[in-house]
Amino acid sequence: MTTLMETGSLHYYLAMIWFILWGVLWAVYFILDGFDLGVGTLLPFLARSETDKRAILNATGPFWDGNEVWLIAAGGVTFAAFPYAYAQMFSGLYLALMLLLFTLIVRGVSFEFRSKVESAAWKKVWDTAHAVCSFLPALLLGVAFGNIFQGIPLDETGFSQAGLFGLLNPYGIAGGILFVTIFMMHGALWLCIRTTGELKARAESVATKLWPGVVVLTVLFLAYTAMSTQLFANYMVYPILFVILLLPVAGLVLMRTYLGAGKYWMAWAASGLYIGGTALFGVVGIFPAIIPSNPNPANSLTIMNSASSALTLEIMLVVAVIFVPLVIGYQSWVYKRFATAMSEDDLQY
Amino acid sequence: MDVLMLSRLQFAAATMFHFIFVPLTLGLSILIACMETAYVRTGNEVYKKMAKFWGKLFLVNFALGVVTGITLEFQFGTNWSRYSMYVGDIFGSLLAIEATAAFFLESTFIGVWHFGWDKLSPKAHAITAWLVAGASNLSAIWILIANGFMQNPVGYVLRNGRAELTDFWAVITNKYAWLEFFHVVPASLLLAGFFIVGISAWHLLRKSNTEFFRKSFNLGISVALVFALFTAAEGHIHGNNLSDTQPAKLAAMESHWETQRNAPMYLLVIPGENGNHLQALPLPGMLSFLAYNDFNAEVKGLSDFPAADRPPVVISFLSFRLMVGLGTLFILLAGFGFLVRNKIDRYPRLLKVLPFCIPLPYFALWAGWTLTEVGRQPWIVYGLMRTSDAVSPVGAGEVGFTLVLMTLLYALLGAVGIWLMVKLAKKGPEDNTPIQA
Repeated sequence: MTTLMETGSLHYYLAMIWFILWGVLWAVYFILDGFDLGVGTLLPFLARSETDKRAILNATGPFWDGNEVWLIAAGGVTFAAFPYAYAQMFSGLYLALMLLLFTLIVRGVSFEFRSKVESAAWKKVWDTAHAVCSFLPALLLGVAFGNIFQGIPLDETGFSQAGLFGLLNPYGIAGGILFVTIFMMHGALWLCIRTTGELKARAESVATKLWPGVVVLTVLFLAYTAMSTQLFANYMVYPILFVILLLPVAGLVLMRTYLGAGKYWMAWAASGLYIGGTALFGVVGIFPAIIPSNPNPANSLTIMNSASSALTLEIMLVVAVIFVPLVIGYQSWVYKRFATAMSEDDLQY
Repeated sequence: MDVLMLSRLQFAAATMFHFIFVPLTLGLSILIACMETAYVRTGNEVYKKMAKFWGKLFLVNFALGVVTGITLEFQFGTNWSRYSMYVGDIFGSLLAIEATAAFFLESTFIGVWHFGWDKLSPKAHAITAWLVAGASNLSAIWILIANGFMQNPVGYVLRNGRAELTDFWAVITNKYAWLEFFHVVPASLLLAGFFIVGISAWHLLRKSNTEFFRKSFNLGISVALVFALFTAAEGHIHGNNLSDTQPAKLAAMESHWETQRNAPMYLLVIPGENGNHLQALPLPGMLSFLAYNDFNAEVKGLSDFPAADRPPVVISFLSFRLMVGLGTLFILLAGFGFLVRNKIDRYPRLLKVLPFCIPLPYFALWAGWTLTEVGRQPWIVYGLMRTSDAVSPVGAGEVGFTLVLMTLLYALLGAVGIWLMVKLAKKGPEDNTPIQA
């Protein structure tokens, strides 16, 4: 692929900024939608009664829609800032992405549909759909990012067809398992914040039991990454970068500490730090590629060969500087106003 | 079928289905915000009741609109990756701006609106209704600016083997996009008006909640009339603009073959892809007038376009006629309904007919989009990139598989969603207590 910019040009720095923002957007998406996907996955394991189910669904009800827009934004920014990478990533991962979209569709409507008919069978259908379609996106996202970390077999024209079964290689599956577990942990902590009584006790116990699993999986995943990807190459060149790993480690430690102390908001924030830190670790590892090519790294889609024009990057930056703080502002307000332990009233609808 | 045809079918299915829900979201969100404002200003409980009842229908509709919209953004990458590479510099940024500036706002505050009835003051709650309505319509602006670029590309230069942005101002002030916006949003309000009128008529006929539904009816019929007129008038300007920007579409929608001055409009036409099978009853100069507001203007005919550059004529011709025919019917129907609104009980036959009119604005909107998108063919970006050059190099089997899966899933969800809305609509507002778990 041809290089679109000179190193050191304004265009180059704009593209660098967008690479960082691109990574941040995906990280925020994982932190936010991560917990509501996790809560959905936990639904069949934690709910003992209809009230429990209602509580679990309403724990994420006011937030999931706003959370999912971070996926749209992350996708949109990939499209806008790195159109060649967007085209490659989405057509190359065709079946996996379509499946992801279908599950998100079913999940989205299940929130609205289940309460509209008074029938146990009807509710069971939508609860099952909700749980399955929360689990699958977590798994698929993990598989997709595992494959990106590992590199995708791109040819000279950039196009490749990874195929769904090609994606289900051992490292990809490892990524999927890690994502599902992390999101469940993150979701369990969210339920500790929002629920009360026995349900809360169960959520707390699940979080406590999941924690060692997350630690072990993280260590195994890092070891596997060192063995089967080039993700550590940048770290070897600049060992100072290893400090990034302090973020997820600190997240893990704080998560457990705050959980033990019953400070659920802090524990949830710590698991957010862990997820964000893990994502950052991956993004720094693939730099300057957006979609690394494996086995032939020369075909990688990078910041330099897949970015938009300088003007587009500039305009997008202005838009981002104005609107992203605004979005963070009003979403924080919503969380502050609505993310409290639920009372009887909150279990209606 | 090849991957191009399958991808076109998939995109058509995804957009058409998405577009069952979007126009109602655009129009009804504004009307609900008006109801809540009326409640805040007058303190009359009936307005709150109205906002809640229509809001419940709105939420089911909204959920389906949002989830099916996500597919569309990603389809540009999955199915049209060559298009995304070619115009991503411009088109991609417009979608990203839409997400950042509008979709976030809409999706965040729909949750607040849904769960905030007891947590916010009536005034604050009304503000969230306006935020949702404003953001939905702002969303439409950005999407239509993106579509406007496909219809009438401006503000770019061809460089590095793709279209690169040179003039952002030209892109966002694209006349074509704004004409689309001022056609689609009023049409959505017209649709929301007929939606409210139809359901209200059903209840008025059964004399249930008379005060509630009379108020709703009057609101709906007024909105329907105003915007039926506005949409039709704006459509004429839109048609004028086509003669400059997309003459092939204009010729196809009239099935007009020979370039001529004082071009007539034929009242009876049987169109064909290679010339009309029949044309009779000419109104001299009428087509020239419609296209240029001048009876003597020259209108370019399809014969002057190479066959490879002609849009499908029959589909364009028929969808245009369906849209205009229905548009005329809406003006008559809403006009009559508006005149008799205060003695509507004396017109039981009208009340019986109106619920069956709910689907009609949907057909008109579909027909309009069919004309817009099919009439642009064979170009994906008019004059710049052909649809056949835009498709992803994916396997036909994969596209076929997801097309079948998507069609089944959408059909199922659509059927359930519409069934739920009918159920909620019939139940009426009495049950104002929240649905118990």
